[in-house]
Amino acid sequence: MLKIIHMKVNGKEQELAVDDRESLLDTLRNRLGLTSVKKGCEVGECGACTVLVDGEAIDSCIYLTMWADGKSIMTVEGLKGPNGELSPIQKAFIEEAAVQCGFCTPGLIMSAVEIVGTGKKYNREELRKLISGHLCRCTGYEKILNAMERIVDEVYRVSHQE
Amino acid sequence: MFDISSFYEAKSVKDAIDALVRDPNAQIISGGTDVLIRVREGKDAGRSLVSIHNIRELKGVSLLENGDIRIGAGTAFTHITNDPLIQKYIPMLGEAVDTVGGPQIRNMGTIGGNICNGATSADSASTMWTLEAELVLEGPEGERKVPIHEFYTGPGRTVRDRCEVCKYFIIHKEADEGWYGQYIKYGKRKAMEIATLGCAVRVKLTEDKKRVADVRLGYGVAGPTPLRCRKAEELLKGCEVNDREAVSRFAKTALTEVNPRTSWRASKEFRLQLIEELAKRGFVAAVERAGGVIHA
Amino acid sequence: MKVVGQGQIRVDAYGKVTGEAKYTADLEPKDILHGKVVHSTIANGLVKRFDLEKALKVPGVVKILTCFDVPDCQYPTAGHPWSTELKHQDICDRKILNQRVRLYGDDIAAVIAETEVAATQAASLIQVEYEEYEPIVTVEAAMKEGATPLHPDIRRDNVIVHSHLTMGRPDFTFEQGLQEAKEQYGEENIVVLEDTYYTPRISHCHIELPVSWAYVDVNGKVTVTSSTQIPHIVRRCVAQALGIDIGKVRIIKPYIGGGFGNKQDVLYEPLNAFMTMAVGGRPVRLEISREETIYGTRTRHAIEGRTKGIVARDGRLLARKLDAYANNGAYASHGHAICANCGNVYKGLYRDELGTEVDCSTVYTSSPTAGAMRAYGIPQAVWFTECQADDMAAAIDMDPLEFRLKNGVQGDYVDPSNGIAFHSYGLEECIRRGREYIGWDEKRKLYANQTGPVRRGVGMAMFIYKSGVYPISLETASARMVLNQDGSIQLFMGATEIGQGADTVFTQMAAETTGISFDRIYIVSTQDTDTTPFDTGAYASRQTYVSGMACKACGEELRRRILEYAAYMLNHDVTDISKTVYAEQVKKAAADVREVLGLQEGEEITEDMLDLVDNQVVVHGGNPILFDVAVVAEVAFYSLDRSVHITAEVTHQCKSNTFASGCCFVDVEVDMPLGLVTVKDIINVHDSGTLINPETAKGQVHGGMSMSLGFGLSEEMLVDEKTGRVLNDNLLDYKIPTAMDVPDLKVEFVVKHDPTGPFGNKALGEPPAIPVAPAIRNAILHATGVHMNTAPMTAQRLIEKFKEQGLI
Repeated sequence: MLKIIHMKVNGKEQELAVDDRESLLDTLRNRLGLTSVKKGCEVGECGACTVLVDGEAIDSCIYLTMWADGKSIMTVEGLKGPNGELSPIQKAFIEEAAVQCGFCTPGLIMSAVEIVGTGKKYNREELRKLISGHLCRCTGYEKILNAMERIVDEVYRVSHQE
Repeated sequence: MFDISSFYEAKSVKDAIDALVRDPNAQIISGGTDVLIRVREGKDAGRSLVSIHNIRELKGVSLLENGDIRIGAGTAFTHITNDPLIQKYIPMLGEAVDTVGGPQIRNMGTIGGNICNGATSADSASTMWTLEAELVLEGPEGERKVPIHEFYTGPGRTVRDRCEVCKYFIIHKEADEGWYGQYIKYGKRKAMEIATLGCAVRVKLTEDKKRVADVRLGYGVAGPTPLRCRKAEELLKGCEVNDREAVSRFAKTALTEVNPRTSWRASKEFRLQLIEELAKRGFVAAVERAGGVIHA
Repeated sequence: MKVVGQGQIRVDAYGKVTGEAKYTADLEPKDILHGKVVHSTIANGLVKRFDLEKALKVPGVVKILTCFDVPDCQYPTAGHPWSTELKHQDICDRKILNQRVRLYGDDIAAVIAETEVAATQAASLIQVEYEEYEPIVTVEAAMKEGATPLHPDIRRDNVIVHSHLTMGRPDFTFEQGLQEAKEQYGEENIVVLEDTYYTPRISHCHIELPVSWAYVDVNGKVTVTSSTQIPHIVRRCVAQALGIDIGKVRIIKPYIGGGFGNKQDVLYEPLNAFMTMAVGGRPVRLEISREETIYGTRTRHAIEGRTKGIVARDGRLLARKLDAYANNGAYASHGHAICANCGNVYKGLYRDELGTEVDCSTVYTSSPTAGAMRAYGIPQAVWFTECQADDMAAAIDMDPLEFRLKNGVQGDYVDPSNGIAFHSYGLEECIRRGREYIGWDEKRKLYANQTGPVRRGVGMAMFIYKSGVYPISLETASARMVLNQDGSIQLFMGATEIGQGADTVFTQMAAETTGISFDRIYIVSTQDTDTTPFDTGAYASRQTYVSGMACKACGEELRRRILEYAAYMLNHDVTDISKTVYAEQVKKAAADVREVLGLQEGEEITEDMLDLVDNQVVVHGGNPILFDVAVVAEVAFYSLDRSVHITAEVTHQCKSNTFASGCCFVDVEVDMPLGLVTVKDIINVHDSGTLINPETAKGQVHGGMSMSLGFGLSEEMLVDEKTGRVLNDNLLDYKIPTAMDVPDLKVEFVVKHDPTGPFGNKALGEPPAIPVAPAIRNAILHATGVHMNTAPMTAQRLIEKFKEQGLI
């Protein structure tokens, strides 16, 4: 049955009629065209569908859209600045060559947004744990961690200068 | 899209109970990390879902006047780990739930779901057993309290009635004051894992930190339900923390109190090896946390 | 070289970090039908009949297709170029849906519905009546006297192919070798070893599922957009499966989320095409779930390697024998190619003084189909050789590294089976670098004679790997370049980007050869068989080597054509050029050329006097700069006098090959009571010739290392022998490493220019996935003295061994 829900997606208020059986993954991809949200397993094991709900990273494949009513959702599509400029996290992923097939990338970047958002400094081992909900078969995580380390350091340094 | 016949978002525990009573085909969904997977697998396809996902009264950790700690059943793992009360009084539980799945799962899954799905592998369960936690359930008949060791009835089965909502857990002051503990999750990899074995050890040392005043040993996946090894515990009480023979006896005795099975995931023999070894390692870690010194 | 060899940022990185890069499912039209495959719930048997009544009643079901509806065409699925030699043709052993069931989960029917839920519900309501036969899941069962042949129309028994190879004398046998060894060296001076080593079935675990969607266009052409590594081969196989003209099939390949060889097979594209044709051409999507992907697509072959070896006590390797049995599962897919490849590298990686004997058998079983996977049989070969090498070294108490230096392959090796050789050789240097990095000599001593429950060890493994498939199979590739009006280029490659960075390295190659800058070259990432030039696709570590040759030749041809037009402009004061805004510039340039080269007025300026450097047309040698390539491009495009669309298209048949090589060194800690292996330090050193892009090259190595780590420690598909069902067909129970399971990965390259490579380069994509697992195995041996012969070396297997040997 279609139900009307309201959610803020990438900063924009949305009023949507959704089927109450939909996962947030379905809604974001099929109703809002946010195809950065990838499907890799449908059971919360691979992390490719990770988005932020009220700032927390979740697997949108096992999150019912009905739960998002009244909440704020963020996907990679929402990261670019007003003039199309990339976020520092996206830049770090590009410059550290952390991207290969790119399928796990949007999800990982969303976890990075949550991690960086804490403003805490994490070492490489801690970062390994913080991204352990994302399976990547291309990179061995090495360059992803390089990108993460770099961005966490940058943000920490900036926030402690201020 | 999930194959469910209807979905109802409950506004309160009462509302949820009413909805469950109304629809005999309905089941509770909280974090969704187990239920939705069963729906997709077909095991629970076609069921109705009564969601307690957004019920505020089920969330959060609080310190009661009597010093007991109350943990809302709807509290997500991450929120337990990051909670200042948990960090202060029962860090072991925060660490245990920090081993569930991966970060996203821990942002979604709840401790109520972890216990109520009845899985022997639940990462919070063995710790909750050593904490002698109490569950508070509410159903159409009203509220009742169940000690955790009376909650499980078999693999995936508990005493909770379909129409009952687990509201919160009580950790009594006596279970945390002076106690220190360690949960060791043993899996085939370090994340995104269901425990091959979970071992929770809590100790209370004598004032000089030389002897074991009290000890609790809990396991997950060592039997059809989580369990405690009370005989092993008894044997170690009063022993010196560096009495290797006693610790070894403690671990060996645990073997007599468990009942792991062989499955394609792991053999019984392998699990028994882990049960014995982890009892020792868990004990050492718990003693060290309690300020005791273990001689290498 | 100016652009090749630089660590350019990937051309697709922006699209991938913004989520704007489109993958197959991202391109589906809104109103699309959903397909769902119905799988058998037995492993071996025959479908007698279906009862579709209940399923058809599910609201939203549009059509149900069964094995009784499909064309009576058997087709092959391997991502090989078709062979015109009957003997080498891929085996046509399946139909779009199969009545004869050969694995648990075989494709027997398919539902098309308006929604995904309706399709799933209907699929679960279909009743099937079977005639059941005994599942034959293992090679042993399948080869047993009287075992049911799974493909009686093709093979009398279940052995797909058996092949025999030797080194030394063509008729060498191990038994002869043993006799000779005894006679020549004396029985007391030799050690004979016999051991069996096992490798697991591995799932590729690309994160993007196999997904496709198909429709029939207005001209009746079946168009399938698919996540594939091999669009042109898919087109041919879809046509074969449906029995229609190749021209009636169009395959589009957008960005893909990993393939690793699984998508070097035709998976569900023929079924998807058949489905849309069955509903009047309406678009139908077919997404294969993770579970279906694991049990129902392809796997790495589990190979049992029965080995024998003779080594002299002075360290000389005298003879070896391998009997390899590859479990190929239900369908032939790549057939014997993989096990044969395994046998080839087994024989070649060491120099056996007397000879080597290899027997390879590839066997049908009623279990998941094995096909191509990154490094194509060589991880198995190297598991066998490197376990055996360490075991032989241990038997004569010799340092295993010294054993390898003494007996291992050298730069003059030529594979007698196919003539493949090293045209550049860096293996010894790789070993030297790895030895130094890990501190081999010190640690071998330091870790000797340890006691206690937690021990350390160092181990190593080495490999060789060919570049592409010539002369075993055809190697052909094409490239097309189109000069735009402003001097920028569109680059079309038949070769496919699958995450490895192909688009980026081709862009670098195009920049290197045309003289047009990297940022002005726009590669068309999507392959569309209607418009993309032919290439067989992404596999065999062939693209930088083989497709690189096409790209290079095409770039050179485009540059020649640009310069030819530039020369024309300089020679002819053509009316329309004289009228253009460039008239003065061109006139002055012509004068400059004549002056610099001392040409008379009226003497022709030829293209070979010119060059194209950094987007500028210059006099050969660099000076003076004449004009921007944009001037040539614009005039050539719009000239009323002589308009030329400057393009080039080159098909290059590659008739060379060369060995890449490398090694892994690892330092591990083994916690024996818990069966835990922790990699404390690890390095892969690769000899892959010139690196086109050192940054993306490193990324390839990291990924391969983590894949081999999984092979060594945690990954294994478990198939229930009684039912043939895969027990761990999800990413929770099938254990690929998470970020917490992978250590920091150290990578080094020994860069030696290979004269056969288009830019001195040779294979790199697959080799990193080869040596880590055996290196870890050998480090465990060093740490504990325990020989782990079965991969993966799971905690349970380790603990069983440690108990058996009284270590815990």
